[in-house]
Amino acid sequence: MERIEERQGLLSALPILVIMALIFLAPLLVVAAFAFMPPKVFDLAHLPNFDNFLVFFEQGYYTSLLWSLGMAFAATFILFLLCYPLAYGMAKVFGRFSLVITIAVVITLFVSENIRLFGWVLTLMKGGMLLGHLKAWTGLEVDGLLYNVPVIVLGLAYAYFPFMLFPLAQGISMVPDDVRQAASDLGASRWRILWEIDLPLAMPGIMVGSLLTFVLAAGAMAETKLLGGQAVIVMADEIETAFTYGQNWPLGSALALILILIIGALAVFALSRIDLDGIMGRRR
Amino acid sequence: MPHKPLTRAALLIYGIVTLIVLYVPIAAVTFASFSKARYLSFPIKRYTAQWYEKAFESSTVTGLITTSLKVAIIVMLVSVVVGFFGALAFARYRWRFRGVFQKFVLLPIFFPQTVLGLALLMWFNAIDVIPTWQTAIVAHLVWIAPIATLVIAIRAYSFDPALEEAARDMGASYWQILREITLPLLWPGVVSAGLFAFLLSWGNFPLSLFTTGADLTLPEWLYAKMVSGYSPLVPSVGSLTVLMSVLLVLVGLTFVWWSGRRRKAMLSQDS
Repeated sequence: MERIEERQGLLSALPILVIMALIFLAPLLVVAAFAFMPPKVFDLAHLPNFDNFLVFFEQGYYTSLLWSLGMAFAATFILFLLCYPLAYGMAKVFGRFSLVITIAVVITLFVSENIRLFGWVLTLMKGGMLLGHLKAWTGLEVDGLLYNVPVIVLGLAYAYFPFMLFPLAQGISMVPDDVRQAASDLGASRWRILWEIDLPLAMPGIMVGSLLTFVLAAGAMAETKLLGGQAVIVMADEIETAFTYGQNWPLGSALALILILIIGALAVFALSRIDLDGIMGRRR
Repeated sequence: MPHKPLTRAALLIYGIVTLIVLYVPIAAVTFASFSKARYLSFPIKRYTAQWYEKAFESSTVTGLITTSLKVAIIVMLVSVVVGFFGALAFARYRWRFRGVFQKFVLLPIFFPQTVLGLALLMWFNAIDVIPTWQTAIVAHLVWIAPIATLVIAIRAYSFDPALEEAARDMGASYWQILREITLPLLWPGVVSAGLFAFLLSWGNFPLSLFTTGADLTLPEWLYAKMVSGYSPLVPSVGSLTVLMSVLLVLVGLTFVWWSGRRRKAMLSQDS
């Protein structure tokens, strides 16, 4: 029996492994190779050097990286605070209503991110859905709320809301009720239960959710472009510019490689510490 | 642990408010799509459905819809097939490299989609492939096939291996077991995965951005028009894609609900 499963496991894994090797690993290796090419070449037949990484420091590209990481961190933190009560409700309180929430949230996920962000532009712009009605009803005139850093962070939090909510809810549902009951019977306060039972036991879900939102937000671009105007330039934007207007693939690759290494290290670190079987389903 | 009614009520209100906020931008786009004015301002003074008529008449829009549909359907089919087997390797079979495999398959989900798209663009260039809508299919698969695998794997965890073993003991071949037992049991997961794959591909922008070459998908066109050269068709076309997603989700949910009922009916007949 064991030997059959050994073989079947490998065979079943094969199709997706082959596809991922061809369209995920191979392209990343090409990026890594291009990052060490001299500026503005379009093939790999050159002597490798570190010029592009010098440019990263000399021309201040690291400020874009810091903006990306900083805003991603802020968005993740805000999302955690916003999602925790809701995830708790979904896992422990709502019962059937949590299915309604799940479906409603999943539907937003299927609406193109562009359209949802455009909707926020329509809502928050001068004369938009919010301010236009405010002016019509109260006569109060407010300049548009767009094109600043806080609105970008909120846009990121909005766009990646489901990626925090669902892992969190899954994590919290793993906290056994009798443990919480026992702590409560022994006289632990609500906060103490939260700190010493809920948060540690829900940690796998918290980690997956935070990691997903952080890395997705760190690589995001549409939010800063649509909601932020020219307020800040983020890393993904710099990468795109290097490839399109700049026609400088090696520089773009070097910038992409830096982002990939940071994100990849985080993802590998977190994934290696998580028991996926435990989160996704109980093994008999 | 019982919750105080006050806690319950507060959490419920919080949940409802969150849902409303989630739908504010979608409502804004929908309202805007019925505005008669060429340049938007709220409150809307005169309503019209003319932009929808124009959208249906426009050959650009129908072309975009066709391209996006083709991409989404192929992405769905491929994701579901590789995701089905991937999920068995992920959750069902116990084999030596299962842990590593699980993590490797999930890794692409953690990568920024724009970067994945750019990496593919360079890869296509290195192997002399000219980007068209077909290459966008490949790009979508990087992110969507792992999600499909994950969705089916969730279902595969609740699968009783004894059923397959019993069939094998009675002499069923591998493909017989797959067709008669594994596939029917995982079917709801397969349907949800197909739905996820289709809809994520249908609405995807960052993966398409660099990988469609001269072709355009619907989200790409919308983005281009939002950033420069605004067209009054943007809200109506946007609303149409939203409508399509909502309808598909409802169809999918009805199916899952119906197959659940049928299974229950069958079980009660057996006993």
